Amino acid sequence: MLGEGIIKGMVETARNFVGSYSDPERLTTVEYPEDKIPAKENARNFPFLVYDGDDAARGLRCVACQICEKECPPKCIYIVKSKDKKPDYIGKPQFYPAVFDIDVSVCMSCQICVEVCPFEAIKMDTEFELSNPDRFGGLLQDKHRLAKSNEYYHKIHETEAAEVDARLAAEKAKAEAKARADAEAKAAAAAKAATAAATPKPAPNPTTVAPAK
Amino acid sequence: MIIGEFFRGLFLMIWRVATDQPEAKADLLAVFPPSARPVISAVLTVSPIIGIFATLFALTTLLERKGLGRIQNRLGPNRVGPFGILQPVADGLKMLTKEDIIPRSADALVHFLAPVVLAVPTILAFAVLPYGRNLVPVDMDAGILFFFAVGASTELAIFMAGWSSRNKYSLLGAMRAIAQMISYEIPLIISSVSVIMIAGSLSPVEIIAQQGRYLAGGFVPHWFVLTPWGLAGFIMFLIASLAESNRSPFDIPEAESELIAGHLTEYSGFKYALFFMAEYFGMFAVSGLAVTLFLGGWHAPFEFLEIVPSYVWFFAKLMGLVCLFIWVRGTVPRLRVDQLLNFAWKFMLPLSLLNLVVAAVWHFTAAWEFPGAGLGRWLLGAVMIGVPYVWLGRALSGSKKITQRTYRFAD
Ligand code: SF4
Ligand code: SF4
Repeated sequence: MLGEGIIKGMVETARNFVGSYSDPERLTTVEYPEDKIPAKENARNFPFLVYDGDDAARGLRCVACQICEKECPPKCIYIVKSKDKKPDYIGKPQFYPAVFDIDVSVCMSCQICVEVCPFEAIKMDTEFELSNPDRFGGLLQDKHRLAKSNEYYHKIHETEAAEVDARLAAEKAKAEAKARADAEAKAAAAAKAATAAATPKPAPNPTTVAPAK
Repeated sequence: MIIGEFFRGLFLMIWRVATDQPEAKADLLAVFPPSARPVISAVLTVSPIIGIFATLFALTTLLERKGLGRIQNRLGPNRVGPFGILQPVADGLKMLTKEDIIPRSADALVHFLAPVVLAVPTILAFAVLPYGRNLVPVDMDAGILFFFAVGASTELAIFMAGWSSRNKYSLLGAMRAIAQMISYEIPLIISSVSVIMIAGSLSPVEIIAQQGRYLAGGFVPHWFVLTPWGLAGFIMFLIASLAESNRSPFDIPEAESELIAGHLTEYSGFKYALFFMAEYFGMFAVSGLAVTLFLGGWHAPFEFLEIVPSYVWFFAKLMGLVCLFIWVRGTVPRLRVDQLLNFAWKFMLPLSLLNLVVAAVWHFTAAWEFPGAGLGRWLLGAVMIGVPYVWLGRALSGSKKITQRTYRFAD
């Protein structure tokens, strides 16, 4: 009959109305500034730079390759490469960013910088309370504010960080194995050279071995 | 001396209003010279009406937001003041401090006039409603006619707003508003005509007086809503008044998903607040008329409750209807334009016309004398309106079979 559906609907809404008073379970609202729910693991909002160890300046993974700067669609990353080098996690000397700025107001949280970074140096943060009373300086985050420890990364994206760590460890092990193999080969060659010292052929210069990679 | 007289008059006026006595203003007016009395009297009548309804407006916006929130299992506003009760104050301050923007290509004069032209008739409509036993601002013989006449002129204001904004959404919203209001004006008036027929008067005071009797030992009020034609008329009146006051499910003139805000799109600041207020005032006025016509006006539901001041009953019934409107708004989704007009012309209009016949039959069977005549009369009326309702409902909704839709070009 005409109007039956409306009556049914009104009963349903009345049930909601009464139910929301008698049964707080029904209310889905989280009263935000007072209550917060922890961010979901897959949440993402704004990138940060990962560093290993305790010292942000020394452990920063970023090698200032500037790939992310070029790929960022709204062009909100600004990098100045360093003049000198510092060792990376394997021990190989690398450049590091002298300046690394990201503009919060421009970033669109697309995660492209994270996808393109070959060094697992930039990751997405779940922090979303980025508002700031200073609309110039406060919204431009420099490398000191962007740098966050690997432990923090583990805390917010547990699975992903474990994967990244495994990959880095594998790479490091591979590099070490290669270095060891190289060193052995070098030693063998040196020994061979030593045994063949009588011959006039010059031995290979031990200092010009290619860096381990 | 004269100041003492003034305060005595003021006190007597408040006392007499509170206790339902007639001639409340007499003593206060006697203080003033005779030439000033009409103006003072008008101010004394108008200012409480505007004050009370403005307060009710603030209250209703909060009630509506809270109620809708609860209906949707939300909390509703709860930040400003305890439980959010100061929210209307915050809203009002915000509205007043907003910049008043007039689009460059708008017709500035008409754009400015539209909210004023809207506010005047909506407030005028309050003039003829009896708020209590002795609280009738203007006791007009043709009060109902006056009410509908000023109520119909709000359409002009809405069209002015839509036209002068020079915005396609505004204009479309205004056109829809006109189509809707004109279509629903007819069932609104015809469903109240049945009351006028039975009461034999266009005066709201007289109509309420006729509903002032009690049957069954004071426990059944003689309200028109308790008759078959009255019930049908009341429901149709409510539906039509929902449409008249542009409220969901008939809010298509300002359907936000289609038209931004319809005729309100280009309004901001205080002008927007005026429109908003006029909308709620219109709702109060039309609910007040529904109370007057069908729910016995200021009469108490049971005879022994008549000792409670009469205006309490009026406002209680008014707020009850407003809560019903909020409930409906939280339940029913918006109609399409064609559904809306079909509903008005194919369903509401025939049924309200038929309701006139039922009212006439009710009138002429009043002389029935055999045992069980009252019940027989009631059943006759109920069948006369109920059967066509069911039949019309079937005929209109059953004509189209819902079938699988095929997409000829998309597959
Ligand atoms: S998330 Fe996207 S927009 Fe933001 S810095 Fe990375 S690449 Fe740029
Ligand atoms: S964050 Fe990654 S991609 Fe960007 S400069 Fe540093 S190492 Fe290169």
